[in-house]
Amino acid sequence: MGAQMVLGPYTPGAAIDAALKMKRSDVVVTVRESGLRGRGGAGFPTGTKWMLAAAATGDEKYVVCNADEGEPGTFKDRVLLSDHADLVFDGMAVCAYAIGARKGFVYLRGEYRYLLADLEATLERMREENRLGKSIAGKDGFDFDIEIRLGSGAYVCGEESALIESLEGRRGEPRIRPPFPVSAGYLGRPTAVNNVETFALASRIMEKGAEWFSEIGTDESAGYKLFSVSGDCENPGVYELPMGTSINELLTTVGAEDAVAVQVGGASGEMVTRDAFNRRLAFEDVATGGSVIVFGPERNLLDVLENFMDFFTDESCGQCTPCRLGIRRLLNGVRDLKKGALSADDLKMLRGLSKSVAISSKCGLGQSCDTPFASILDAHLKGVAQ
Amino acid sequence: MNEQVREIGTQIKVTINGEEYTARRGSTVLEICEDNGIPIPTLCAHDDLKPAGICRICVVDINGGWNLETACTWEVHDPDTVITTHSPRIRRARRAILELLLAEHCGECYTCIRGGNCELEDLAEIYGVRDLRFEREDPRFEPDTSSVSIYRDMDKCIQCRRCVRACDELQAVGALGVFGRGPESRVDTFEGMSFDEAVCTNCGQCVAHCPTGALQEIDHTRAVWAAIEDPEKHVVVQTAPAIRAAIGEEFGLPPGTSVTGRMTTALRDLGFDRVFDTNFAADLTILEEGTELLLRLQAALVEGKDVKLPQITSCSPGWIKYIELFYPDLVDHLSTCKSPQQMFGALMKSFYAEEQGIDPEKMVTVSLMPCTAKKFEAQRPEMADSGHQDVDYVLTTREMAQMIKEAGIPFTQLKDSQYDEPFGDASGAALIFGATGGVMEAALRTAYEIVTGREVPFENLNITATRGFEGFKTGSIVLEDVLDEWSFLEGVELKFGIAHGLANAHEVMERLRRGEMDDVHFIEIMACPGGCLGGGGQPIPTTDVIRQARANAIYSEDEGLPIRKSHENPHVNYLYEHYLTDGPCGHRSHELLHTEYTPRGFRLKK
Repeated sequence: MGAQMVLGPYTPGAAIDAALKMKRSDVVVTVRESGLRGRGGAGFPTGTKWMLAAAATGDEKYVVCNADEGEPGTFKDRVLLSDHADLVFDGMAVCAYAIGARKGFVYLRGEYRYLLADLEATLERMREENRLGKSIAGKDGFDFDIEIRLGSGAYVCGEESALIESLEGRRGEPRIRPPFPVSAGYLGRPTAVNNVETFALASRIMEKGAEWFSEIGTDESAGYKLFSVSGDCENPGVYELPMGTSINELLTTVGAEDAVAVQVGGASGEMVTRDAFNRRLAFEDVATGGSVIVFGPERNLLDVLENFMDFFTDESCGQCTPCRLGIRRLLNGVRDLKKGALSADDLKMLRGLSKSVAISSKCGLGQSCDTPFASILDAHLKGVAQ
Repeated sequence: MNEQVREIGTQIKVTINGEEYTARRGSTVLEICEDNGIPIPTLCAHDDLKPAGICRICVVDINGGWNLETACTWEVHDPDTVITTHSPRIRRARRAILELLLAEHCGECYTCIRGGNCELEDLAEIYGVRDLRFEREDPRFEPDTSSVSIYRDMDKCIQCRRCVRACDELQAVGALGVFGRGPESRVDTFEGMSFDEAVCTNCGQCVAHCPTGALQEIDHTRAVWAAIEDPEKHVVVQTAPAIRAAIGEEFGLPPGTSVTGRMTTALRDLGFDRVFDTNFAADLTILEEGTELLLRLQAALVEGKDVKLPQITSCSPGWIKYIELFYPDLVDHLSTCKSPQQMFGALMKSFYAEEQGIDPEKMVTVSLMPCTAKKFEAQRPEMADSGHQDVDYVLTTREMAQMIKEAGIPFTQLKDSQYDEPFGDASGAALIFGATGGVMEAALRTAYEIVTGREVPFENLNITATRGFEGFKTGSIVLEDVLDEWSFLEGVELKFGIAHGLANAHEVMERLRRGEMDDVHFIEIMACPGGCLGGGGQPIPTTDVIRQARANAIYSEDEGLPIRKSHENPHVNYLYEHYLTDGPCGHRSHELLHTEYTPRGFRLKK
């Protein structure tokens, strides 16, 4: 639904063919000029990441597709992998060509195991068509293949360094950063880790050019974006919209005119209330990896907050103190608040704890807990819903 | 990136709390702050271990970023780095972390073995924690008392993972890991087995690296008090070489203070009937093990027999259990000699008991060891060649210090005294058993002289190639102008290797399995980093700086001793003349002083 630019028809191999007409460095330049930023949610400029990985020294380099789509309310990568796998895998090959990698991994969410057979069949077809393997598309010296690895259900493995730990066969826990994966990733070698959608968009940019992409969206957030819309709306599903679309526009599109609040960016994202629905879905305003959960007036937002804090408590890897122990205290605080057993002083203390957890945690999981905690609490206290 | 790597080590200027400092490029913020006396709280950091950045108590502000970074992991490469180590948000974050840890830390400080030497307690003091904002958690675990060496009370664990990392990085054993996630995560053995069933060498490096009382030794002090206070019992104590260079630390003396004379006085004051030096048995070990090596060489070189070379030392019980677990098919490389502790134990309840006319049933043999694995070794079923359990109780350095404190003995003020006869006057060669390489140096001093009739050709008998903390050292000594009876060794280049820390032992054994040790004759392996002076039963903390200080104390005491070579120990010679009359590696000594090993692990494929 929506623009159908990314999700539209695609001739398998088109992106690889377009890329191979360029020098490796020009592929990177094209991606930089397109303004593409990482679609997993953090929004790191993709061209810069590829440039760093290309410049890093290593006897081997790797491309990793982060298909551990674990953010609550996100399901756009599933759609891409189900119906547009060629687009994603071609994007990985383009990246491999750009940075000089010979091996790629798809880290597939454990719950998406049912996609595995189809994805393997696609890879096999690509090998037959010489879009993977030796001298891809007749280009001497461009060898690349892709292996699919399954995750085991840990949310934290969506964090790229934890994903790499898991790929290496260890407990999925975030690493010390820096060094970042672009210089020391899988097996300590330069590794470009990108989201499924990022690779799909990279293919489209090869196919249609940097300008086609950069003209859409806002100055800081170029191009199209897939949104996974769920919750209290008439037409939940995956929508393709330009970056910079306002929440109002999106809600109109999905049939959610009576929404009182939306959670943008999943459990780790921000709750936006009706009074701010003119805000725009873009990295410079309300950043998102694509999850949009709509809440109508009947919802109890403290239930929502409790659910998210429970999720984080459970999904914390347990490695660092503030995340392991702090978020549970936030959860207990929300439960006390629901029972009416929390004083104003307690609430103030919890808000402070939430800030401390965010600034002192080791990875994005603990670091992002304050965004939902503070914004949902504020929404609740404003009385926008039940 | 490469430019940065190239420039590591150059001096750069950084700003800390508004002041400019010069720092080595590539050092961590924590290192820079420690060098400049700027206090940073730490829990998961330990000088022996790679930075982990997981307790987060050391968070600092780097260049005013939105979030904080850990001082222990942040390497400073950028000359314009602006670091803030104290600010309201830093203080609030650290205090939150500390209170979160304290709220799930169950146990009273005054009944804790680490009371007064606990890093968590120290921080609670510094932060003036008087109450907690968070409700205290209930205990989650039952204490694990199954091991004969190590006691686990995981309700005191703060999950800094120093034990896990020590067991993995220093010892390559992996007995401990992290299981579960979120608030349910915990440090545990594989499959949650009790410690006695787990693949554990009992070395105690986990205990030595624990910041709290979550890991500690199994207590033998109560049993030793009971023995001392029982008038029917003749209680003897032997003290390992590494204790005297370390136990002073428990009484506030600086690391590297040798307190041999004060220690013997304290033990006598405590009520031990005799205070003996394990060094006597170390000298004996050299004669037995050196003879064994020469016999193996003779069998290989002259008789063409298929004997296992290199011969590997067997003094360190953590190492013994390690090879039994991980290289069970290679135990024949081990010397059959018992460790000095066990040689001594066997002689106490045989030779000593007979000479003194004491009923061994009424004897209690205690050993003072820098080691938790010695507790395991003492209760091995085969360690009863005297007809009784040869060593009844093993006290760590820490346990002994606690007993001396409890008795009210003013340790630092004590006058020096000598060890009791007939096991006094041990050699300096025995003393240096306490440091990595010491057994090798002692063995070379004796073996070379036996074979050539001359002292080892090194200034002042100091074989420097055997010294220092390099993970695996090798060297050789050429045997020339040998005595007639050793003519088969003429011109032989005796090659030796020395490893300490089981991670290094692992490397050595892998190389041995690949055939890369075929030309080596003798290898010394000690389970703990630095050898016994860095043992799992030694005062906490132990770091490289402290290990070096203890080593210096041991080597300088060796230099000052009148006897420097094991074969010149008069009591050892007396023993061979009057008791073990068929000599080193003779029938009687085999009965009492040698042992066999138990292959424990299995190999999936040969």
